[in-house]
Amino acid sequence: MNGTGGEGDGPGDARWAFGTGFEDPLHGVAVEPPPGADGAAVARVCVALADDALVGAQRLAEWVTCAPELEIELALANVGLDLLGQARLLYARAGQVDGSGRGEDDFAYRRAAAEFRCLRLAELPRGDFAFTALRMLALSSARLAVLDGLRGAADPVLAAVAERGVTEVTYHRLFAAEWVVRLGDGTDVSRGRLGRAVEEAGPWLAEVWDDAVGAELGVAPGAVRAACAADWGRVAREAGVPLPVPVPVGGSGGRAGVHTAHLPVLLAELQGVARAHPGASW
Amino acid sequence: MTTEADEPELRAHFEETVAADRRVEPRDWMPEAYRATLVRQIAQHAHSEIIGMQPEGDWITRAPSLRRKAILWAKVQDEAGHGLYLYGAAETLGADRDDLTRRLLEGRQKYSSIFNYPAATFADVGVIGWLVDGAAICNQVPLCRSSYGPYARAMVRVCKEESFHQRQGYELLWTMTRGTAAQREMVQDAVDRWWWPSLMMFGPPDAASPNSERSMAWRVKRHSNDELRQRFVDMTVPQADRLGVTLPDPELRWNEERGRYDFGTPDFAELARVIGGDGPCNRERIARRTAAHEDGAWVREAAAAHAERRARRADGAGVAR
Repeated sequence: MNGTGGEGDGPGDARWAFGTGFEDPLHGVAVEPPPGADGAAVARVCVALADDALVGAQRLAEWVTCAPELEIELALANVGLDLLGQARLLYARAGQVDGSGRGEDDFAYRRAAAEFRCLRLAELPRGDFAFTALRMLALSSARLAVLDGLRGAADPVLAAVAERGVTEVTYHRLFAAEWVVRLGDGTDVSRGRLGRAVEEAGPWLAEVWDDAVGAELGVAPGAVRAACAADWGRVAREAGVPLPVPVPVGGSGGRAGVHTAHLPVLLAELQGVARAHPGASW
Repeated sequence: MTTEADEPELRAHFEETVAADRRVEPRDWMPEAYRATLVRQIAQHAHSEIIGMQPEGDWITRAPSLRRKAILWAKVQDEAGHGLYLYGAAETLGADRDDLTRRLLEGRQKYSSIFNYPAATFADVGVIGWLVDGAAICNQVPLCRSSYGPYARAMVRVCKEESFHQRQGYELLWTMTRGTAAQREMVQDAVDRWWWPSLMMFGPPDAASPNSERSMAWRVKRHSNDELRQRFVDMTVPQADRLGVTLPDPELRWNEERGRYDFGTPDFAELARVIGGDGPCNRERIARRTAAHEDGAWVREAAAAHAERRARRADGAGVAR
């Protein structure tokens, strides 16, 4: 409850837009891992999904004040804030179950690029709005399939984050799909830009479609590929633009810590202030 | 359609509405000068929200904790929402958002000159929230009682969110001043740079404020610039004391007799220079907004072409049925 009627609200709180009774997002969720849980496996999944979310959010933050119209400005911020929220909860959970006691900022600010496990598509430069929409479609189709499968995860926190995430990422996929359709069915210029975005994203799609993250926690094998193929097919038909089906590649890439040259640059910006002030409190 | 013969009666009704503190609504008759004043004021306010995203927005990718990143991003998103909301209020007066944007980009409409100062460190994010949003609130709370209904109602929401931002800014500074010595220095440095520009946000002194008198009579504006400036100083000094920062004004002291703080005079020549286009970031701010507008044109055109084609297809399907 974070409205004006929440428990933490005092008598003068009507003047605050959202009251003052903010609640822990995991309120009511059991945090004890079930007996016999494989903490390391849960942490691996949490970190991979959190890294995709953080790096994806960082690229969306590069759109702030630069969006094609105010409505898109607001929508991109919504998507970015959703992803950032997922990343924070997942990092915090990873630090609890891997026994390291690390907090969300330890994961975000005190790891090098090789320790990140994000998909490489997420880390490519921001690009134009066609690339942004196409990348969001590819990443959110896959993420939605993974989160959907993880709703039944044995770890209660991961299951709760997945449950909420499904609602959020369903919107991200919708926003992205609608824009890919608009651009494909729009003008010659927008079709041309969408075509270039498809070419740029092409080489990095295989690891998105064939993502095995979550498989060890019960996401059905092939679920990601099936979901991506279905979304891709539907959008390609409506947009009137061919979208290539990726050829599977062996399991290396971002999930194994092998990244493009763009990730260290992204992290230098993300981590710069935090690293320049060791021991500071923000 | 009103005729000239109706006008005295309509004008009398308008004057009566304003004098009785009731709201003027979009469908009501209003003098053209009232309409023009409001469009100017609301558009300038909307532009300020949008340009005001820039100084802080640049720190989102560099925010030093995930919590601060989320807070800052949500705040900057709120500003975009305020802009959208206010452009909507201006549209109820017959203005057009694209036209207002063009006027901004061509320098024919202004935005708050405070956003022509740079945000040099992460402490600026806190100080902008505390001082700049704080000053904005002093200016804007009375606008919740503006005589023009859509503007007044928009301002209720805007003010609530701005109050929230101000608290967030203060909380960041509170945390930083309890951190390292380097952080305390950053905070003091940011306060030194933003204090005087914040006082300038209330505009020129009353004696030199050309639009004030009529706006007060129309109850578009409720308090004079100097009155609001004094209110801001009185509110802020105790907050600075609690924070442990020094406000850079040697003349600042409590006046027992007046029951208010005395303070120095802002450099109004600087204010005039910055308003005139010669502040540290004027060109950069408009260049960024222009680039976003121009770079996004193909996206807006594509959306319009798609919508048109889809409408045509729907029409065709209707006929075929």
